[in-house]
Amino acid sequence: MIHSLFLINNVGDLFLEKHWKSVISRSVCDYFFEAREKAGEPDNVPPVIRTPHHYLINIYRDKIFFVSVIQTEVPPLFVIEFLHRVAETFQDYFGECSETTIKENMVIVYELLEEMLDNGFPLATESNILKELIRPPNILRTMVNTITGSSNVGETLPTGQLSTIPWRRAGVKYTNNEAYFDVVEEIDAILDKSGTTVFAEIQGVIDACVKLSGMPDLTLSFMNPRLLDDVSFHPCVRYKRWESERVISFIPPDGNFQLMSYHISAQNLVAIPVYVKQNISFFESGSSGRLDITVSPKQTMGKVVECVVVTIHMPKVVLSASLNATQGTYKYDPLTKILVWDIGKLNPQNTQKQPNLKGSLSLQSGAPKPEENPSLNIDLKIQQLAISGLKVNRLDMYGEKYKPFKGVKYVTKAGKFQVRT
Amino acid sequence: MTDSKYFTTTKKGEIFELKAELNSDKKEKKKEAVKKVIASMTVGKDVSALFPDVVNCMQTDNLELKKLVYLYLMNYAKSQPDMAIMAVNTFVKDCEDPNPLIRALAVRTMGCIRVDKITEYLCEPLRKCLKDEDPYVRKTAAVCVAKLHDINAQLVEDQGFLDTLKDLISDSNPMVVANAVAALSEIAESHPNSNLLDLNPQTINKLLTALNECTEWGQIFILDCLANYTPRDDRESQSICERVTPRLSHANSAVVLSAVKVLMKFMEMLPKDLDYYGTLLKKLAPPLVTLLSAEPELQYVALRNINLIVQKRPEILKHEMKVFFVKYNDPIYVKLEKLDIMIRLASQANIAQVLAELKEYATEVDVDFVRKAVRAIGRCAIKVEQSAERCVSTLLDLIQTKVNYVVQEAIVVIKDIFRKYPNKYESVIATLCENLDSLDEPEARAAMIWIVGEYAERIDNADELLESFLEGFHDESTQVQLQLLTAIVKLFLKKPTETQELVQQVLSLATQDSDNPDLRDRGYIYWRLLSTDPVAAKEVVLAEKPLISEETDLIEPTLLDELICHIGTLASVYHKPPSAFVEGSRGVQHKRLPARAGSGESAESPEVGQSGTSEAPPAVIPSQGDLLGDLLNLDLAPATTTVPSVQPSMQMGAMDLLGGGLDSLLGGDIGGSPSMGAALGAPAAMPAALSNAPAVGGGLGDLFDLGGGVGMPTGFYVAPKTLFLPAMKAKGLEISGTFARRGGIIQMDLSLTNKAMSVMTDFAIQFNRNSFGLAPAGPLQVLTPLTPNQTIDVSLPLGTTGPVMKMEPLNNLQVAVKNNIDVFYFSCQYPLSLLFVEDGKMERQVFLATWKDIPNDNEAQFQIKDVHLNSDAASNKLQGSNIFTIAKRTVDAQDMLYQSIKLTNGIWVLAEMRVQTGNPNYTLSIKCRAPEVSQFVYQCYELVLKN
Repeated sequence: MIHSLFLINNVGDLFLEKHWKSVISRSVCDYFFEAREKAGEPDNVPPVIRTPHHYLINIYRDKIFFVSVIQTEVPPLFVIEFLHRVAETFQDYFGECSETTIKENMVIVYELLEEMLDNGFPLATESNILKELIRPPNILRTMVNTITGSSNVGETLPTGQLSTIPWRRAGVKYTNNEAYFDVVEEIDAILDKSGTTVFAEIQGVIDACVKLSGMPDLTLSFMNPRLLDDVSFHPCVRYKRWESERVISFIPPDGNFQLMSYHISAQNLVAIPVYVKQNISFFESGSSGRLDITVSPKQTMGKVVECVVVTIHMPKVVLSASLNATQGTYKYDPLTKILVWDIGKLNPQNTQKQPNLKGSLSLQSGAPKPEENPSLNIDLKIQQLAISGLKVNRLDMYGEKYKPFKGVKYVTKAGKFQVRT
Repeated sequence: MTDSKYFTTTKKGEIFELKAELNSDKKEKKKEAVKKVIASMTVGKDVSALFPDVVNCMQTDNLELKKLVYLYLMNYAKSQPDMAIMAVNTFVKDCEDPNPLIRALAVRTMGCIRVDKITEYLCEPLRKCLKDEDPYVRKTAAVCVAKLHDINAQLVEDQGFLDTLKDLISDSNPMVVANAVAALSEIAESHPNSNLLDLNPQTINKLLTALNECTEWGQIFILDCLANYTPRDDRESQSICERVTPRLSHANSAVVLSAVKVLMKFMEMLPKDLDYYGTLLKKLAPPLVTLLSAEPELQYVALRNINLIVQKRPEILKHEMKVFFVKYNDPIYVKLEKLDIMIRLASQANIAQVLAELKEYATEVDVDFVRKAVRAIGRCAIKVEQSAERCVSTLLDLIQTKVNYVVQEAIVVIKDIFRKYPNKYESVIATLCENLDSLDEPEARAAMIWIVGEYAERIDNADELLESFLEGFHDESTQVQLQLLTAIVKLFLKKPTETQELVQQVLSLATQDSDNPDLRDRGYIYWRLLSTDPVAAKEVVLAEKPLISEETDLIEPTLLDELICHIGTLASVYHKPPSAFVEGSRGVQHKRLPARAGSGESAESPEVGQSGTSEAPPAVIPSQGDLLGDLLNLDLAPATTTVPSVQPSMQMGAMDLLGGGLDSLLGGDIGGSPSMGAALGAPAAMPAALSNAPAVGGGLGDLFDLGGGVGMPTGFYVAPKTLFLPAMKAKGLEISGTFARRGGIIQMDLSLTNKAMSVMTDFAIQFNRNSFGLAPAGPLQVLTPLTPNQTIDVSLPLGTTGPVMKMEPLNNLQVAVKNNIDVFYFSCQYPLSLLFVEDGKMERQVFLATWKDIPNDNEAQFQIKDVHLNSDAASNKLQGSNIFTIAKRTVDAQDMLYQSIKLTNGIWVLAEMRVQTGNPNYTLSIKCRAPEVSQFVYQCYELVLKN
């Protein structure tokens, strides 16, 4: 099981270590540093590194490497999932997961890690339970604690810890009972030069914010549940009812959680909301190139496409860009070689004047013409639309008497949306 | 610790300050001080000097302070064992606390203090906590047993904690069950044979119930544990699968993958025609695809596992090619894995898409990735024949880019394409030659040289090209040197007139100026070949090569099956069995996929798979000494006449016997350049030709010298008597019997028992016509009347000259026995070894010739399982039954015994038995002109070896 954990920032400083069994010297991280060096980009560090006596399983999140040391055969996914859970817990507790916040809250971090893992076995990873055991820091509580001398560690056994619904604590009480659901869909797509879809799929999640008193039992149903054939649920969802009735029946955790995620891979169901016409070319002579990109709305179901941003990783030899944008602003960072064109909204009515970015690129003189073609990364957002067409039909509550306030929001975003040139 | 030195010297003041604060009267100040200590500890500073002061803060009602002190204790107790004892009392007291949280905390922390002295005190509190009324305490205590076991395994066993832990598997609380399973699994890992997790249908049922109710982590433990179970039949297997399937929709990817493991394993037992089997296959695809939308690290592990799944059951993901398309901002480790899976899924149906993608990838930035993409194009060409042409033209396009590493990779793969489709794409050679100068990597140079040598007759300036390489011969890597040597010899054989000087030059470079044994030996062999018999040399060096196989990188089936049992583990990430790398796993048990129900499908079972793959002889020669002998023999015994019957056109398949040793002899693989021989094929092809170049016949002699070295034979194995005729069917006459061969005489030993009330007399016996003409050679010698309840043993000599009729089964014998009461009929089966004659030892040369002469179709292969004999003992035993070992060869811890048998009717049976040291399973290949006897010969082997 998980033996030790080291936190390392992206410049290679080891700033926290925690051991759940015997202490392992931090020199074991040298193997990690070696791999880190070899990988170049921090993203490219292999997740599993073999050393003579241990295995290092690591993740890179929020500019921090979470490096765990294991000694025996352990499912690597188990470790990786756990590490992500640790990162999420920090995020949840401190608002962000960064070196600064972790250092500021070193003791709570330590207490949390101790509570999350015992002898390498996960103990309590549910945010609700953890919060009962160790209260998250806030200014008010720190003040109260200093005055009254009380601590931020729960004195009693968390109720959820052993019940068959470990995700919910008992005795929740709200004056305003409300349940909100966000249907968020991300389009992952690869379009080729001509704009044809090479590959497209939708990754959807339903995020919930449920603040309901007592033990509410909720049932969420869809207008078109047939869309969903590949789903993953929060442990609270009763799988049997989904199998038989295609409704989501569950006793919700308190607060924010991800109710389910789904995946729609059938390409005919994936509408591509924008059309990108692009031409990036480099000339053999003259150390220059041309760039011409037009973005226009395509299948948007009548909605406005917002926050459209085009990002291009230019080849190393591109020194600067002198371009003209008919809409939005562009920025070229010669250090990272990233060109960002922030377009903003795409107006579906105005089909005559589509946003266009055009101009010349200057290359390092004497350098050969770049071999690779830069790909375009598109970001966008469409409010009040789930691009798959998924719609929530109704939400019913059983088990409690009050009338909750309910709401569903839809949003579509670009996930890994790439256009090849 | 380097930091500590720094800490104590320059910040000495801080420690003193903390000490003072820790001893403060004010609670608040104390707590702050402990927090500071912990903070220092977390960043790796050594604050062990404060041990007594911190421990003093332990007795407190403040839970937070207590927890902090515990944190400290866990870290430093080991370095201060004597001081740690001070804490014991508080722990013991806390284990009695009314608050379960504190009880659990105490037992948990105690387990983390890895000090021997403390563990003694831990036992009593732990025993109590294991039976605590509160499940939270029980589940914590369960893990504590594992901790304690890690520190002192003997103590845990002596105290009976393991049994208590096993009882917890039946606990009413699912979390306790999950933790007990986790703890037991961890303990079992260090005790592979302890059978701690004794799984039976009842416990499985409990686990499956707990599975639905415990946390995600608990589900992983339980699923991994379930995967070790072998269901009794396909129905149980199906019912477990049904209950595990919902886990595929879990949000935690580790749960999903563990569930996939269970399903992949148990699926093996389901009959393929079952509807449920198809349903299950369909259900597996979506969760696997979903794993690919997770974080890149998760994707990586998932992809490594999908790689295995795709090899085992390609049908699951065959329609999901597109999800493996690479995105430019995928991390490189994800890209490479995706590429690998794309090739595995490539088929005629999707090849166009795949090629378009690969071409796209070949223009990316990342060099490693581009290289792999180019290689992938080559693999596509080899895998999907219809696409070969497009692949070649794509590769040519890429060569035109003149990007150095792309060109080199392309040349390496084009060489393979030539090997797969000879005489089809050689028109591109000219283009390749243009790029000769830009090649700077050994593999690419070697590939190019191979191409030049192989097609020397089509390349006008082949000699110039090769000569240009020869200039820097000693600076080249071994791979290139070996290749250059072979290529020039090929060139010489094709154009002898112009290249004599060149070949002499290279031979002298290889044999005299090089100290690389591979190179030298290969040089000498060519030299001798060329000087002794140029015609033979030509046949050897320019022999027709076997086509390369489509998938060279597939995981070997037995390993694949084992890895499937380890889905989701490190083994699956490294594609190596756990025994190969996991530290501290003392004797990991090899896991196997369960066999499918019904023998009709046994072709799927791993055993058969194994035998299928082991057909190719291992290419290592017995020892260096033999090699030398062989080399010398080349000149001394040009036995051109000794094996005249061998035909030059012989196939590789028939060459098992000879091939093994010679392969390596000529391939230059002796010292450890295995890649080259296999990759370039020329050496692999040699034995085929060589064996008909009888010059090596002398060398072969060694191989057979061992034949005489077999020890004294043991006698013919006589099976115990079996009941032939029950008394009920024969009016009270009971006959049991067996067969034996004693000193060349076949005997039927019979026991006749009179179970009737009256005396029996006038016995006579007669056989029906049978396959081998067995007939009584004398009368049944029952001289005295058989009184009631009397038994008489008689031996009936048999001859083999009776009338012949083919029986079903072949060794069936129908017998009629007459006495004063009636005539009775029965049939029995005799072991075929009855008919193995004493002069069944074949001449070696005849054996060789016969082996080759018998068509391959007549070869039958069998597995003899669970024989715990070494090869000598086995051959000794077999000889007792007239199965003669005429040669023995030891290759790579594997003994190959070549054996011959002659039947009474003159049929020869040839056998090759492979015995691997330490492996109780033998592989037996039987060749006979009458293949129908093979099965019965195999039965004799079984019978003899196992008794």
